[in-house]
Amino acid sequence: MKITGYADKISARPGETLQFMVNCERPRYRADIVRLVCGDLNPEGPGIREHVVPTPANKSYKGRSQTIESGSYVLIQNSPPLQDLKSFTVQAMLWPTTPDKGTQAIASKWQDRRRSGFALVIQAGRLALQLGDGRGNVEVVSTNKQLLARQWYFVAASYDAETRRVTLYQEPQTDYPTVADAGRARKKTQLERVGSNQSALMFGALRAGSGRGRLDQKFNGKIDSPRLANRVLERAEMEQLKRSVPAQLQQSVVGAWDFSRDISSTRVTDTSPNRLHGETINMPARGMKGHNWNGGSMDWKQTPEQYGAIHFHDDDVYDAGWEVDFSLTVPADLKSGLYAARLRSGSEEDYIPFVVKPAKGKEKKLAFLLPTASYMAYANEHMATNAGLIELLSGRLAPLDKNSLFLNEHREYGGSCYDSHSDGSGVCYSSRLRPILNMRPKHISALGGDGSSLWQFNADTHITDWLETKGYDFDVITDEDLHYEGLALLKPYQVILSGTHPEYHSLQMWDAMKAYQHQGGRLMYMGANGWYWRVAFHPDCPGLMEVRRNEGGIRTWAADPGEYYHSFTGEYGGLWRNQGRAPQVMLGTGFSAQGFDISAPYHRLPDSFDARAAFIFAGIGKDEVIGDFGLIGGGAAGLEIDRADERLGTPPHTLVLATSQGGHTDIYLVVCEELLVTTPGLGGTENELVRADMVFYETQGGGAVWSSSSIAWAGSLSHNQYDNNVSRITHNVLERFLDPAPFVR
Amino acid sequence: MHTVYKISADDQAAVEEFNAKPIGHHSPALQRVLNVIRGQPVRDKYVLICTKPHKEWTLGQLTGERGQPVRILKDQVFTSVADAEREIFRRRWGLHTGEKS
Repeated sequence: MKITGYADKISARPGETLQFMVNCERPRYRADIVRLVCGDLNPEGPGIREHVVPTPANKSYKGRSQTIESGSYVLIQNSPPLQDLKSFTVQAMLWPTTPDKGTQAIASKWQDRRRSGFALVIQAGRLALQLGDGRGNVEVVSTNKQLLARQWYFVAASYDAETRRVTLYQEPQTDYPTVADAGRARKKTQLERVGSNQSALMFGALRAGSGRGRLDQKFNGKIDSPRLANRVLERAEMEQLKRSVPAQLQQSVVGAWDFSRDISSTRVTDTSPNRLHGETINMPARGMKGHNWNGGSMDWKQTPEQYGAIHFHDDDVYDAGWEVDFSLTVPADLKSGLYAARLRSGSEEDYIPFVVKPAKGKEKKLAFLLPTASYMAYANEHMATNAGLIELLSGRLAPLDKNSLFLNEHREYGGSCYDSHSDGSGVCYSSRLRPILNMRPKHISALGGDGSSLWQFNADTHITDWLETKGYDFDVITDEDLHYEGLALLKPYQVILSGTHPEYHSLQMWDAMKAYQHQGGRLMYMGANGWYWRVAFHPDCPGLMEVRRNEGGIRTWAADPGEYYHSFTGEYGGLWRNQGRAPQVMLGTGFSAQGFDISAPYHRLPDSFDARAAFIFAGIGKDEVIGDFGLIGGGAAGLEIDRADERLGTPPHTLVLATSQGGHTDIYLVVCEELLVTTPGLGGTENELVRADMVFYETQGGGAVWSSSSIAWAGSLSHNQYDNNVSRITHNVLERFLDPAPFVR
Repeated sequence: MHTVYKISADDQAAVEEFNAKPIGHHSPALQRVLNVIRGQPVRDKYVLICTKPHKEWTLGQLTGERGQPVRILKDQVFTSVADAEREIFRRRWGLHTGEKS
């Protein structure tokens, strides 16, 4: 892809301005604002449907290359105490995760052009001190003892400017008999001096090249309690300094950073009298267990002193930080909906999707709640190229389109909360301030089932396509709006339609939707595996979300024990189900099984003949099979599917209208949170839990919930020119839900 | 997933069943073969490259190394997913049994 881009916001109201940042490796490109209707390229379906909207932003622009600098680190701006160092000691607690992955800087004050300064590094898997004299000469002193991955070490290096003597300490915190990973080195350097420089002090990387240079020697692993002193410290003094800055060392200490302070922020605090505070860049993971974690508490809020580690990754990214290329002030008369800035240069193309919300007070009766938190969790996922599992899960070859191929090569675009970092630790933060190339119309996803193969954003355009085709007046709102605006966002609406896979919810989002239900709002759950994971949004940094993959649930990585609390908010993470709020409480059904090959139809159950459900099945035959067709796996029940379960919170008066039980392949398997004992027979042809249950129930205040309980549902809406029983049921429900007459049991 | 099951001549019936329907409901015997075949580790694993979406595909192979481009195999072009599935099955069957299917 020669053209990629992102916007500063996910949604805007009329009068608000969106900014667009574009990387274009061609001389010029054309931008047009389009209203997105359908993004499915499948010739069996509605096809691409988009309408150009005339705006002042629609024109030709000069292309320029913009790149992403991935890799996280701590930055401490230069200051006299740092710059005036002659002799010094640098020390830290260290938990390296990829000690053999090239040279990695633990702490650096380095000016690369003149080769000036110092850096405590891992080189060839061993602790080393890199010194530069500022005249182009570099010397490296190493312990020559191999560091083990994922073990805690005390590491330190000192340099005596008088004697030019370097001392290194590499001390494992666990001794393994026969393993020689402890090392101490003393050496007089050949360099006449260590050059001073104006560079910042960095933990986790250094800058190479001239000028601003490029981020280099990126470290993978945890750093805890780094300290810097202005003289050679004795080993006993280093020990004292591990915990705090004793009075007798105050004159010697340049900085003593405590990463357990302000865990929810990007601030880094120096506890020394110099107050050389800094900040984290590119969101390294915080709230992580430190070297002294003893298992006595699992919560960083209770024992912050045991959570003084930051986990750095060479592929962390938060804000791509690109220059703005153009902006759009949303015209006052532009109706709410799903839009994109379409970027084209010759055959190259990208879309930057965004939502236009209605002007306040001009809301319609119906809103489509775009599950943007879920898009962020999946942002730029690499499941088909990182892991070999996709083909087994999907029972077919993994299809890769140009976006997936680009993401496979351009790791600097960052991962999703389904990916692992290059060191194997899970990606727990995801940002939308970067191009998200799987949140695009026309994108094909390996998870999307046989047929159109759509997932998340592009699958959700089957819903906008149906709403437009059926002539409904609707608004589009987003998860992020719901998080920040709460119930006030939902209050004007008679009906909320969910997306196909609204999986991730913050406490604020969850509470707002529940309150909406209590006040008589109507919810149409057009998907499955919704309201599953708890997430947190960053209190200060826009467009940034956190997921901790705790305890149970379908997970592509697992949070380490003791790291189950969100760093952004201090809230316990994991499945809502494990916090007493199973999806059944919100939707009547919850995640029960998944498989990604073909889908199945529904069959009517006795409850569908209850008078309370008559409006849903108007025009549907008594024995009619529902949804034995569709663009997603050839059926309406598929991919991820949910079931009713009173024990988990399905209301007792719920009507279970139809089920897909018995129709699924053995690629479909029961979700792991149901498995207390493993037994044979977990697949779709045998296990009763492998099913999508369509349900309906009334809520207090005259409202109601209808749930399709299948991600594939929306892929069946357009079949036979939208004249089919999936479309009819959806239409029947929506018409009644739009009628303000209260539901009465 | 690395399965311990070894594909053998006893699985010959799976070939015909697979070729008749590469994606969909399969017998337990074919599924066991597919768990071996589709469980190929990520290094050199076959993937499907969408050269013209929903119209034309080629095969690719993952390298197993992050950031390394997928190796695109341009020698064969497919106009149906099922044909690509059959070709991959044939290749992997050969790798596992030393036979041609």
